[in-house]
Amino acid sequence: MKPHNLEHIFQDKIDQEIKIEPRDWMPDAYRKTNLRQISQHAHSEIVGMLPEGNWISRAPSLKRKAILLAKVQDEAGHGLYLYAAAETLGQSREQMIEDLHSGRAKYSSIFNYPTLTWADMGAIGWLVDGAAIMNQVMLTRTSYGPYARAMVRICKEESFHQRQGFEVLLVLSKGSDAQKAMCQDAINRWWWPALMMFGPRDGESTNSDMSMKWKIKRKSNDELRQQFVDMIAEQVKLLNMTLPDEKLRWNESKKHYDFGEIDWNEFWQVVKGNGPCNKERLAARKKAWEDGRWVREAASAYAAKQKQKQQAA
Amino acid sequence: MTNASLIDFTLYVADSTLVLAQRNGDWCGHGPVLEQDIAITNVTLDLIGQSRSFYQYAAQLIGNDCTEDQLAYWRNEREFKNALLCERPNGDWAQTILRQTFFSFYQRELFMQLLQAADTTLSAIAEKSLKEVRYHCRWSSEWVCRLGDGTEESHRRLQVAVENLWPYTGELFIAAPYETALQIDTDTIKRNWLEALSTLFAAATLPAPSLTDTFMQTGGKTGQHTEALGYLLAELQYVQRSFPGCEW
Repeated sequence: MKPHNLEHIFQDKIDQEIKIEPRDWMPDAYRKTNLRQISQHAHSEIVGMLPEGNWISRAPSLKRKAILLAKVQDEAGHGLYLYAAAETLGQSREQMIEDLHSGRAKYSSIFNYPTLTWADMGAIGWLVDGAAIMNQVMLTRTSYGPYARAMVRICKEESFHQRQGFEVLLVLSKGSDAQKAMCQDAINRWWWPALMMFGPRDGESTNSDMSMKWKIKRKSNDELRQQFVDMIAEQVKLLNMTLPDEKLRWNESKKHYDFGEIDWNEFWQVVKGNGPCNKERLAARKKAWEDGRWVREAASAYAAKQKQKQQAA
Repeated sequence: MTNASLIDFTLYVADSTLVLAQRNGDWCGHGPVLEQDIAITNVTLDLIGQSRSFYQYAAQLIGNDCTEDQLAYWRNEREFKNALLCERPNGDWAQTILRQTFFSFYQRELFMQLLQAADTTLSAIAEKSLKEVRYHCRWSSEWVCRLGDGTEESHRRLQVAVENLWPYTGELFIAAPYETALQIDTDTIKRNWLEALSTLFAAATLPAPSLTDTFMQTGGKTGQHTEALGYLLAELQYVQRSFPGCEW
């Protein structure tokens, strides 16, 4: 079949909402875009374990410690599904990890912000997981089958995490003055970085047009961001806290909240590697991988010996 | 048996499982490979669950609205009764795995005895925990084999771990007064533990272990610890102690 026919069949499937599967023909750019996006998503899960992992040893109660550990472990599980989904596009997990460590592959910039107090565990769950869910719910309907199916599983756990995060803040919001201040401070620090998670404005997002045509994405960055602001602006009232944006107000004619402008200079600086924790996060991942090399080698050597013994027997 | 002995014993098991969980928890996000990051965190979660069951029971025995968190967060390093083994640093993967193996093998024997305990709450917690402990024994044993019979480097590292941790095993088999009061048979625990470990070491191509030619460190069970515990508790307890009387 001629390439243009293949492309036609491919787009036809997409238009009819038929999922693209690993063995189906797909344009190179579709494969590359999905591989880039899924591996970036997997890396985000793994790097995302670090800021929260930072508080496992200091969680303020045994119950909170158990919940936090389970949550961070869920992120590892998500990373695993996503690496597996990305591998169906023809790249090994090891190669993806190398790309992360060399800086060729990116991860979500949000994880380059520090977790300074216990309240950050609540703010991350509520705002960061909340923002991620907006994107992920959309991705349960993405056109590439393995990615869509991984997202269905991930979304169930993420919405649980978001409720847990909100509950951490709810307890603080009803606590002592110091706890209330800690809660407001965490919201102030995480609000703008959370809004940045939706990416550049629609006009400046380089990968968006094809992604929409191929139904990898179904909503634009700005649409998702607005949806998020509308949701959080209501939920924050339940905490008796405020969002750090003087321009935030309900617009009756648009039936949406108006909100202020993101500091795009900060956004691009963090993307380029100049955020508060970019170096630490990547260094921690590289260290874990390097320190684990002899362990992985031992496991392979042992497996090979066992196989030899079985064959000899 | 006095109530005080029962409380002390319950705290001994609670403290040991919590302190080991606190150590293991540091691997979360830093494991050698994703699957094992998840596996060790499972073990950690089980240990926290066990410690909570024992703390809750101790709190109930103590009365006066005592809670699990008061016991975990408001007692100091001279009050903690955990086995010294549990507070030893993570070191590398070999040391962490071996520490888990030593402790899980011990827990298996101890909890089997608790199944027969006169105290029905202790036996119920032991029964529930044994399912987890058996899995921890299997998981950590598999790793001891992989490391012992893997590469030269892994074999060497595992042997270093044996040298580092072995002096902290003897304490497990010396009955503290509260164990004597509860009629814990530490001799049987010791015999079965050593036998299971000898089988494992043989499979892992490690020299047979001996409990007689090493000078053993003791004191943890009665509140005299290594220097490592103070730092561990400082980190574990700091939020509670910075904001006394708060709900979290």
